[in-house]
Amino acid sequence: MTDTPIHELADAYLRGETTPTAVTEAYLARIARLDDRLGAYLTVTREQALRAAAASDARYRAGTPLGPLDGAPLAYKDVLCTRGVRTTCGSRILEGFVPPYDATAIERLGAAGAVMLGKGNMDEFAMGSSTEYSAFKPTRNPWDLARVPGGSSGGPAAAVAAGLAAGGLGTDTGGSIRQPAAFCGIVGLKPTYGRVSRYGLVAFGSSLDHIGPFARDVTDAALLLAAMAGADPRDATCVEAPVPDYAAALARGVRGLRLGVPDEYFIDGMDPEVERAVRDAVDVLRGLGATVERVSLPTTRHALATYYVIAPAEASSNLARYDGVKYGLRVAGAKDLIEMSSRTRAAGFGAEVKRRIMLGTYVLSAGYYEAYYGRAQKVRTLVRRDFEAAFGRVDLIVAPMTPNVAFKHGEKEDPLSMYLNDVFAVPADMTGLPAISVPCGFSAEGLPIGLQFIGKALDEPTLLRAAHAYEQATPWRTRRPSVPS
Amino acid sequence: MDVVIGLEVHAQLLTRSKMFCGCATTFGAAPNSQTCPVCQGMPGSLPVVNRRAVEFGIRTALAFNCRVNEACRFARKHYYYPDMPKNFQISQYEEPLAEDGALEIDVDGASRTIGIQRLHLEEDVGKLVHEGTLETAQASLVDFNRSGVPLMETVSRPDLRSPEEAAAYLRAFRAVLVYLGVCDGNMEEGSLRCDANVSLRPRGSSELGTKVEIKNMNSFKNVQRALEFEVRRQAEALEAGLRLVQETRLWDAERGYTRSMRSKEFAHDYRYFPEPDLVPLRIDRAWVDAIRAGLPELPRQRRQRFLRQYGLPAYDAELLTHSQALADYFEAATGELPQAKLVSNWIMSELLRVLPADDEAAIRAAKITPRHLAGLLKLIEDGTISGKIAKDVFQKMVVSGEEARAIVAREGLTQLADEPALAAVIDQVIARNPKAIEDFRKGKTAAAKALVGQIMKATQGKANPAIVNRLLEEKLSKI
Ligand SMILES: [Zn+2]
Repeated sequence: MTDTPIHELADAYLRGETTPTAVTEAYLARIARLDDRLGAYLTVTREQALRAAAASDARYRAGTPLGPLDGAPLAYKDVLCTRGVRTTCGSRILEGFVPPYDATAIERLGAAGAVMLGKGNMDEFAMGSSTEYSAFKPTRNPWDLARVPGGSSGGPAAAVAAGLAAGGLGTDTGGSIRQPAAFCGIVGLKPTYGRVSRYGLVAFGSSLDHIGPFARDVTDAALLLAAMAGADPRDATCVEAPVPDYAAALARGVRGLRLGVPDEYFIDGMDPEVERAVRDAVDVLRGLGATVERVSLPTTRHALATYYVIAPAEASSNLARYDGVKYGLRVAGAKDLIEMSSRTRAAGFGAEVKRRIMLGTYVLSAGYYEAYYGRAQKVRTLVRRDFEAAFGRVDLIVAPMTPNVAFKHGEKEDPLSMYLNDVFAVPADMTGLPAISVPCGFSAEGLPIGLQFIGKALDEPTLLRAAHAYEQATPWRTRRPSVPS
Repeated sequence: MDVVIGLEVHAQLLTRSKMFCGCATTFGAAPNSQTCPVCQGMPGSLPVVNRRAVEFGIRTALAFNCRVNEACRFARKHYYYPDMPKNFQISQYEEPLAEDGALEIDVDGASRTIGIQRLHLEEDVGKLVHEGTLETAQASLVDFNRSGVPLMETVSRPDLRSPEEAAAYLRAFRAVLVYLGVCDGNMEEGSLRCDANVSLRPRGSSELGTKVEIKNMNSFKNVQRALEFEVRRQAEALEAGLRLVQETRLWDAERGYTRSMRSKEFAHDYRYFPEPDLVPLRIDRAWVDAIRAGLPELPRQRRQRFLRQYGLPAYDAELLTHSQALADYFEAATGELPQAKLVSNWIMSELLRVLPADDEAAIRAAKITPRHLAGLLKLIEDGTISGKIAKDVFQKMVVSGEEARAIVAREGLTQLADEPALAAVIDQVIARNPKAIEDFRKGKTAAAKALVGQIMKATQGKANPAIVNRLLEEKLSKI
């Protein structure tokens, strides 16, 4: 039952074969049994989940379910605000923070009947690619507990992969949904910037932050996106465009689609097994009737460097509010305000967060702004133009999600080698283009590999359609990890 | 030395809700009762621009003949202070709402045009509440009710040449804002705040001297006093051969001096960058045109009209139109009684004796309404009461809110116009004052005035002075 995708669960509820409460209890039992080893959750909202499941039961009994997500047990990354449930962002500085409101995405999933199982672990303030930078505990990869699940949304990704949630929500600022999805062998979707409201997402890099689903399969990802997408009067950066019927787009296949494979996404030092799997996947797509051509995205190699100017700049500003005055941690005993804030921030933030705050503060300083931030914005425009040029010829970009499979805990001690992990992920965040990672095979050691599709702005239907066609033509989604209890 | 002054004025906009959230903006509500996650800077909250505040900004920009930019952008201004919940303020920096306007002011009868460099929108901060100073207090509490209230900052060019001009600019500026209905103009409550940049330079030079910023001037009087002090301080320092430092100084109204707050070395690096949570604001031309079409008559236009329509002297027109409430009061009273100069005299000499000219609310709420004042003046015009009695009646009306007629009737103040009765009184007075009559005969005309005084006294001031004068003249000519 904890292997079943959400759309099949809904069918089972409708047929009366099981109930949301039975499924929720099964998930809670599995969390209780396995999460000590996995570390996927920071908070398990057991009582709340059972109450929501009971309400869902009643709706099915009355023949008035809210839709395909009614009774779906989900894990939410702890960067998303949940009314009355502590929201830590994986940081000591927000350890006691209980938001008085729900993120719009969570409010909308709740309105669709979803059941929150708990809040997923993450790298502190979503800064990291391994979930090792959580202030509370690391999350382990269910395929190999010695390895990382990716990050920063490693908690919910691992939960969905290990059967500790039927689906989940992550956030993607520089690959933080898609990279852990690839490492954990599940589907991870980053929608177009502005497609899903960011209200209630604790900001890291405001112009780069996206909310998106983790799912067992592409159909579930489409259902979760459909429930969250659409304008929100509380987020001025949301797009007004109507929300298409994502589920209806899935079955159309890839025949006639033009796919572009960018040269710059196959780099020196990349894991040959990853390259092999991705090239095989491209062959499968060609076999399904898509046309494939090489494209060039020459600014790709600058995108990562540029990302490490813009994201820290915005982070240094967004994280200024954690000063011990209003909420979260306050270090006692300071003699004045400045000392209170300094000591609170020194104790409350981890090393990676401090590194990025300093980096961001520096690039925004008088005299350096133009050289760094101003220039980074110009490069960002160039990256966007690269994609526009490519999309003049092709409908979708197909590329590897990561240069390598999941690495071992403690393996990447040098921040730069950690950052390099996101080299293929970052361009979609910089441009706001929708992108998805779907499983496309396993390494010899049995670790999952992710295939990435990048689409045109707001063209999630085509993105989902290609991902779905590939998924249906391959066996990868049927393989599940077995987590030793 | 030439004095060079530029003013930065912050005006709280009279919108019902805040700049970036839906919270109310009512002044004086219980602490933190008008707050939400957005204006408390809670994690995950996002700003949304208040369209009404933008409209108010455009309205003001048009009144100052500024160019309203086709697009403007919000930016984050960073500094740490506990009354500012995000530790950055959403303001505008490189792309303000409007630029390049002007305001005409009049000082000593001469008119001058003061350039307005830019006008932009931003959010206000909260308030710290503590005993004593922040340094000595045991604890400080934060009230976020004011946090996020829309502010409009307008920066003048350094065109002002004296503290008097600065005060005149501020008065004229405030009048425009009040006429537009975008700000209540109350400096004491902080709805209008003014900072000044002051420098001196050799007469005729075009180079600017060392600039000092003055803060904390919370009334018109204080703006002028603070600037006078600062100009004197700088002049004395320069005369003594000292070098001035670029710094920010606070005006201490109680002690009457400015003191250094921070020098340039400690100046903030605000690390401005475009606010990523808000998209650039495109200003629709049709919207601007509609706002322009809806602009009310502004103080200067109204002054011109007062000169033309009512034939008032320039001084009267200027004073009356500085306050919208006062100008409205005048026009309402004149509507009842067309003797404009008489109405104007009474407003300036009597009404402004009891009400401050810049307190719009008090003028609008005055117990003596324009109709009441006109009613009182009509009683003078038709001879029912004398001007002297009218002043006493006025004082009573201010307190009670009654009509003049009611007070006059109750207190029997009606003027004595009965000729035989008055003639009898005059005869008595003449009989009692042979000395005065003697003087009059010798050609001392002043003696007649003394007799009029006696007659008025005998009638408790109620005698109609015109009739008294005529009758007395007749009687004296027969003597
Ligand atoms: Zn608010």
